[in-house]
Amino acid sequence: MSNILEVDNLTVTDMRDQDEIVHHISFELKKNSCLGIVGESGSGKSITAKAILGLTNPWLKSEGTVKYFGKNHCTDMLKLDTNSLRVIRGQHICMILQDSMSAFDPLEPIEKQMGETFMENLKVSKIQARNMAVEYLKLMNINDADQVMKKYPHQLSGGMLQRCMIATALAMKPDIIIADEPTTALDSINQREVVGEFQRLRELTGTALIFISHDLGVVQHLSDQLLVMKDGEGVEYGDAKTIFSNPQHEYTRHLIATRLKMSQSFRKAMKSGIGR
Amino acid sequence: MKNLVEVKNIHKSYLKVGMNFSGTRIQVLNGVTFDIEEGLCVGLIGESGSGKSALSRLILGLDKPDKGQGTIHIQGQPVRQWIKKNPGKISVVFQDFASSVNPMYTIREAISEPLRASGQRGNIDAKIDELLQKVGLFLDAKDRYIHELSGGQIQRICIARAISTNPKFLVLDEAISSLDVSVQTQILDLLQQLQVEMKMTYLFIAHDLQAVSHLCNKILFLYKGEIVEELHSGQLANVQNHYAKKLLGSVIPFEI
Repeated sequence: MSNILEVDNLTVTDMRDQDEIVHHISFELKKNSCLGIVGESGSGKSITAKAILGLTNPWLKSEGTVKYFGKNHCTDMLKLDTNSLRVIRGQHICMILQDSMSAFDPLEPIEKQMGETFMENLKVSKIQARNMAVEYLKLMNINDADQVMKKYPHQLSGGMLQRCMIATALAMKPDIIIADEPTTALDSINQREVVGEFQRLRELTGTALIFISHDLGVVQHLSDQLLVMKDGEGVEYGDAKTIFSNPQHEYTRHLIATRLKMSQSFRKAMKSGIGR
Repeated sequence: MKNLVEVKNIHKSYLKVGMNFSGTRIQVLNGVTFDIEEGLCVGLIGESGSGKSALSRLILGLDKPDKGQGTIHIQGQPVRQWIKKNPGKISVVFQDFASSVNPMYTIREAISEPLRASGQRGNIDAKIDELLQKVGLFLDAKDRYIHELSGGQIQRICIARAISTNPKFLVLDEAISSLDVSVQTQILDLLQQLQVEMKMTYLFIAHDLQAVSHLCNKILFLYKGEIVEELHSGQLANVQNHYAKKLLGSVIPFEI
């Protein structure tokens, strides 16, 4: 299958002290596939995602190439001007953030915020925007969408807001969704549901997904390819199943071993009990 | 086994924010009853807003339950009385390590603070060395500032501070939630080892079921201000309550 995004030799430098934060990252994203990026805090996962979209702070300089293959053209995202980048960010590549509470404006109800995005990017009328919002919230398994849309962000739970954010991204019918730790702040029930929504989203729209997380369980559940990052470097990259079953780099082995220790005792405990 | 902490039928409500005149109260805890046996590690699981933090504040004596609504006893005495008689015997480690320690302190100052406050005199430096060794930090790091350390290291400092007064009972309020997964495992190992060494009793509040089942002997599920399920962590399959069952079933464990 053809690639939709090719990142080659991406390097991010802090211009204030010439400190290189991300070193020569390269990866490819195929159509309708999911790339998982794992690594600990400070490993450069989020910076990499932001650099692709040109969302980094002004003092950070990105070098290398980020080739995005649109409908019938190919562009280098790092060379685009602000306006063309805005169009790509709004309609072709969407980003979903970890902290859903601060991603929404606390002073506006959900309806207005979702509607605004649709009207701005898809040039639809207010009524059409409203109908779209209801439709896509229902897709995200929110049954009382009319009620939810009237609410302000603080009246909704983290899981609910996360779903509103995914619904907004989904309605743009983007080619790529970049999700930065979208399930980290959620409890296990909401986490399972949000992960389920991502799977549905891929099945429904064929959107390619970059899923950033440090939860190996979730990444394993979703990803086809995997990029392991440490201190701004990509230490391992390849097929997710292969890496999980046969990690080459010492750091990947360490990550897998520590997580396995915890999940094993949990699985063992889940199986044992009186009368079973 | 003897009970160290006995929580009986606790109710707690708070005045609704911004509605002081109407007097509406929000009921946070609705008759919570449980015991913590001496030497065990008890896990407390619940989603945000379920009353976990309110409960931990009550157990630490930082807050009182509603008037005439339930009691908390430690070793048979009301909690506030017990704390007065046994200073430093109950300690807490919070989730937000960055704001738990003054960033302007050096490691030496941060750890000597609770030591002095609990009336320790004499060779405090030797005691600091011993504590740093216990939590697995390098001895030559004593004069470094807190803000120079990584999250995992600061959390180790917080644990060193918490155990500096030889507590009997340690409350860990989301103590590993803001740490990276591999650091979480290290801290869990450290906590496990310290518990055996110092014969402590833990109340481990968290939302990560895998971590809780790894560390704890008993797990309590708090839902809408009530304990809806109590399980031995080795026997999670015995779960009866609908909410607890759903919570356990939703975990996505990593496997090879």
